[in-house]
Amino acid sequence: MLPDRHGRYGPYGGQFVPETLMPALLELEEAYRRISRDPEFRREVAWYLKDYVGRPTPLYFARHLTEALGGPQIYIKREDLAHTGAHKINNTLGQGLLARRMNKRRIIAETGAGQHGVATATVAALLGQECDIYMGTEDIRRQRLNVIRMRLLGAKVISVESGSCTLKDAMNEAIRDWVTNVRHTHYVLGSVGGPHPYPMIVRDFQAVIGKEAKAQLRRDTGRLPQCLVACVGGGSNAMGLFHAFYNDPVRFVGVEAAGHGLTSGYHSATLVAGSKGVLHGAFSYLLQDPWGNIQEAHSLAPGLDYPGVGPEHSFFKDTGRAEYAAVTDKEALEGFKLLSRTEGILPALESAHAVAYLQKLAPRYGKDDIIIVNLSGRGDKDMEAVSEALEVSGDAH
Amino acid sequence: MTRIEATFRRLKKRGEKALIPFITAGDPDLPTTRALALEMAERGADLLELGIPFSDPLADGPTIQEASCRALKVGVHLQEVLELAGQIRQKTEIPLVLMGYYNPILQYGLERTALEAKRQGVDGFIIPDLPLEEAGPWRQAALAAGVAPIFLAAPTSGAARIKKAAKLTKGFLYYVSVTGITGARQALPADLEAALKEVRTLVKCPLAVGFGISTPEQVENLAPYVDGVVVGSAIVQRVARLQGLELVKEVGDFIAALKAPLRKK
Repeated sequence: MLPDRHGRYGPYGGQFVPETLMPALLELEEAYRRISRDPEFRREVAWYLKDYVGRPTPLYFARHLTEALGGPQIYIKREDLAHTGAHKINNTLGQGLLARRMNKRRIIAETGAGQHGVATATVAALLGQECDIYMGTEDIRRQRLNVIRMRLLGAKVISVESGSCTLKDAMNEAIRDWVTNVRHTHYVLGSVGGPHPYPMIVRDFQAVIGKEAKAQLRRDTGRLPQCLVACVGGGSNAMGLFHAFYNDPVRFVGVEAAGHGLTSGYHSATLVAGSKGVLHGAFSYLLQDPWGNIQEAHSLAPGLDYPGVGPEHSFFKDTGRAEYAAVTDKEALEGFKLLSRTEGILPALESAHAVAYLQKLAPRYGKDDIIIVNLSGRGDKDMEAVSEALEVSGDAH
Repeated sequence: MTRIEATFRRLKKRGEKALIPFITAGDPDLPTTRALALEMAERGADLLELGIPFSDPLADGPTIQEASCRALKVGVHLQEVLELAGQIRQKTEIPLVLMGYYNPILQYGLERTALEAKRQGVDGFIIPDLPLEEAGPWRQAALAAGVAPIFLAAPTSGAARIKKAAKLTKGFLYYVSVTGITGARQALPADLEAALKEVRTLVKCPLAVGFGISTPEQVENLAPYVDGVVVGSAIVQRVARLQGLELVKEVGDFIAALKAPLRKK
């Protein structure tokens, strides 16, 4: 099972961080390996996932969407129904409990869409931890409701004004905070990126998505799906869905954000259109200029607006275990409308990318085939952005 | 013997300590960096550290982040920093050390960076996001080309890692004074002197301390425990504030003031 003992997935991953953090990463890896094997810890995580998060989330057969697409049977893994409205809580709960075991009284996190920030603030409130969340000013503007949620939960939201004022820059600041306060602070990294052991830890905590989906589908149909589809920013919801099916004959498709289009220069399609390099502690695909400076990513979906991606996805791309595609902002909005109208589910703009790609994927499958799409989050947070983009008025007529 | 080794040896003989000023190359433009470098070499600097601008400098505080940003705005990149080093080398024999994040070096090519650096008269590299665990390929390329891979040790490192870093480093070991990022600080950690004494017992190579050191008084207090002192953000703040001849004179005077307590009493 990857990663290897150097934290590598093939050539990808590793620990490209300042020396100050290396002992903390080694400590975290040792603590995680020890604590995650402890039956008491596993019971604790399982109990919170069930009674607090509301797991298992349903695997819903989307009859009307299936009919609309006219091809394979579409099942939706309803991570949008998890507490706080997205899959992010699976990871923050695990890491929050881990931090408590490690006697770290303060937790910090970066956030883009605000979903990871909200999930971290939620767990901090639950476990009585001090919590600071770093968020780019551009994202604060786009995701006001999540900023309010975090503050109501007792977290401090620290605005980040450097660079593109989005997720990448929030992550820089979170790492700087961690370098400074590493002795008593745990950094709750939100995706399957960053330095080892984070890609492994986050994957393991998110793997519950795929484990449940596999058992649920087997129970309902006695079968494996033909294909799994999920959106990829950093890649945690996709890796969470894929992981349990790693050794099965199931096709994995990750959908990135093509923003204004892959040739426009305004996109976040790291795997589809990026190149290899080091960002935020890991060797992986990323968006960069010829001199190795990181380029700004663009997507209507703030959670996908990141110029890097988890190293295990890079490994999946090179080995062909998964394939990666990209859909534009415009197509994602079509996906958003499609799911809203056919199934009465408003998806997060991130998840709408995965839904949108179903329209391209469905014609290649027969009616007996099964596709599971991960609905990583719900769309409430995106109402302002969507109403603006689709020109839907909230005024009285 | 390399320029770095020769410098530390010469200073030791004289009972002096090294002053290692840092500025970001290309902030606000390359000619200014060149003028500043030569002025600093003239006014008491013993080694020069030049920063390679990078978009995401995660070990740096606001001062050096902004310097990096200014340099990137005028389009300065690794190739130009190497050429700048070559120009400085034509005028002075002072050891030149480049400080840069790993990705630009990786994209330029590890061997290509090391060989080109050697050709331009660069003596060493400090790569703050390349810990010992990941440094193998770079260290090999640097040593083969004859430039020094300089490693860092931090307050969180512990004795075993400090010893390992000292064994792998070339030229000197860079001890990070604070658990944190770069940036001028009014007060350094209370236990810094004790920490440096401890590090001294663990390592044989020249030892320099940096991060947060900004005044002649701080330099004077640390001098007895180390072979060199790095001052960065306090100089970069002056680069941000002043221009032209006024800037060059101010930085020169500041270097002279920082060097004074490092000379033999």
